[in-house]
Amino acid sequence: MVGVRVRVEQTPLPGIGVRHDLVTSSGRTVGVVSHRNGRRDLVLYDVDDPDACLASIPLTDGEAEALADVLGASLMLGQLAGLRQQAAGLLTEQIALPAGSPFVGRKLGDTRARTRTSASIVAVLRDREVIASPGPSFVFEANDVVVAVGTRDGLDGVTAILAGEHDD
Amino acid sequence: MHSTTILLIEVGALLFALGMLGRLGRKFGLSPIPLYLLAGLAFGHGGFVPLSASEEFISVGAEIGVILLLVMLGLEYSATELVGNLRAAAPAGVIDALLNAIPGAGFALLLGWGWQAALVLAGITWVSSSGVIAKVLGDLGRLGNRETPVILSVLVIEDLAMAFYLPLVTAVLAGVGLVGGLKALAVAVVTVIAVLVVAIRYGSAISKAMSVSDPEALLLSVLGLTLFVAGVAAELKVSAAVGAFLVGIALSGPVAHHATQMLEPLRDLFAAVFFVFFGLSTDPADMPPVLLPALALAVLTMTTKVFTGYLAAKRVGVALPGQLRAGLALMPRGEFSVVIAGLAVASGVEPRLAPLATAYVLITVVTGPMLARLPDYQWFKNIVRRRMALRQRRTTPVPAGE
Repeated sequence: MVGVRVRVEQTPLPGIGVRHDLVTSSGRTVGVVSHRNGRRDLVLYDVDDPDACLASIPLTDGEAEALADVLGASLMLGQLAGLRQQAAGLLTEQIALPAGSPFVGRKLGDTRARTRTSASIVAVLRDREVIASPGPSFVFEANDVVVAVGTRDGLDGVTAILAGEHDD
Repeated sequence: MHSTTILLIEVGALLFALGMLGRLGRKFGLSPIPLYLLAGLAFGHGGFVPLSASEEFISVGAEIGVILLLVMLGLEYSATELVGNLRAAAPAGVIDALLNAIPGAGFALLLGWGWQAALVLAGITWVSSSGVIAKVLGDLGRLGNRETPVILSVLVIEDLAMAFYLPLVTAVLAGVGLVGGLKALAVAVVTVIAVLVVAIRYGSAISKAMSVSDPEALLLSVLGLTLFVAGVAAELKVSAAVGAFLVGIALSGPVAHHATQMLEPLRDLFAAVFFVFFGLSTDPADMPPVLLPALALAVLTMTTKVFTGYLAAKRVGVALPGQLRAGLALMPRGEFSVVIAGLAVASGVEPRLAPLATAYVLITVVTGPMLARLPDYQWFKNIVRRRMALRQRRTTPVPAGE
């Protein structure tokens, strides 16, 4: 991840749902009000009166998904491009999970890939979808493609681990 | 004509008229509650068109209306939410109760109405209308605002407090005296705590027992359970409304979600009947003498609500504009005040209470949502900004000389 982890605050709205909001580094506050009936409002806060919403934009399921996709995908690409530029020795590789991999149905954390190879798994491609920055509890499925960033040796190590060749 | 035929004609015409009124109200951004009350006044004793055949039907419908209003309120909250909220917002709830119930009680005593009526009027002025306020906040696009959780917590605590207050009032109005009332209160406290514990521990199991996949069965089972528990609660003198509220709280998850959707149209129908019924039981001729007292009480307790919101929002660090928004939003009284007044009417404790409550609710529920819009006007914002600048200058410490 680039930069510090962003703090998202969660506030229950009894009888309505829940509100998530975060303060951006530019000082603006953005939030999402998730209604219990599935409706979502994207809310932008006033600069002069940070307690009030300047705009509250209702989003349908499809719209929310599309917005999340746009934000998520551009972030992923940006991160990958940035990494490539920053360090010449760092490589990005897509590694398909072999059919006989011992990690099908197991957690990403079980691979201990980062500890053992110092390469990071930054995304998983599944059914033409990008799952960005999967956590240690992410569970692999057959036909997953892992996007890893690391040195040549590190990436080879990840390939070997996923194939079940690294037994230690 | 057969009496059933007349009943059909009367109820049909009444509902049609209510539908038209509701539509008219929505055009002006008005809650339908005051319109239903006015319709009831027009139809009832001493009104323009007295209803004869359908009065009994409407009174049963009104009873069901209260039960449905309360079960829907319970369905909106989960037990965990209630308990979690109670911890965080209890001080705000206490401020709210003190600032708004005491003026009502004092007002009744000032008019020489006796302590039972004072207890009832305290409840009427205490409880804001969660239905009207939630609607106003949604309409004004304020759900994401930082003061909104404060407003909602105050409403939740009021609603929960009703689970204790209603049994107390029901018992007192039944003429058992203060000791009997406190006994009913003790029973209510034990019941509510038991229901909350059961709902938090086994809520998912209870909800699982009712299948979501069959909508018809779900509707009948939830409605049946609610009416049954409400009836048993009334039999035990713990107030039918509270029984229904507790059923709503005990249900959670997908069952609560689906039940809410299915019961909503029923609630709208019977709640309309309930408000009309309350209007029916008031003679319009009794209204003029209580108009001025009702206005005075409304001004007094709307001011105390503004102060409540102001203090509650200040506690959680919301700035002055948000404090005022919270206060102004909390003003409308509605369904609960009418439910409480309805209990008093049924017991006949003070004949002037019902017309006063009607006028009071009409004033607050019409002007409240209008006043809630004030903070959105530019001139209001300018005044507030000037005040804030002034205050800042005053509180900025003068650099002390060394």
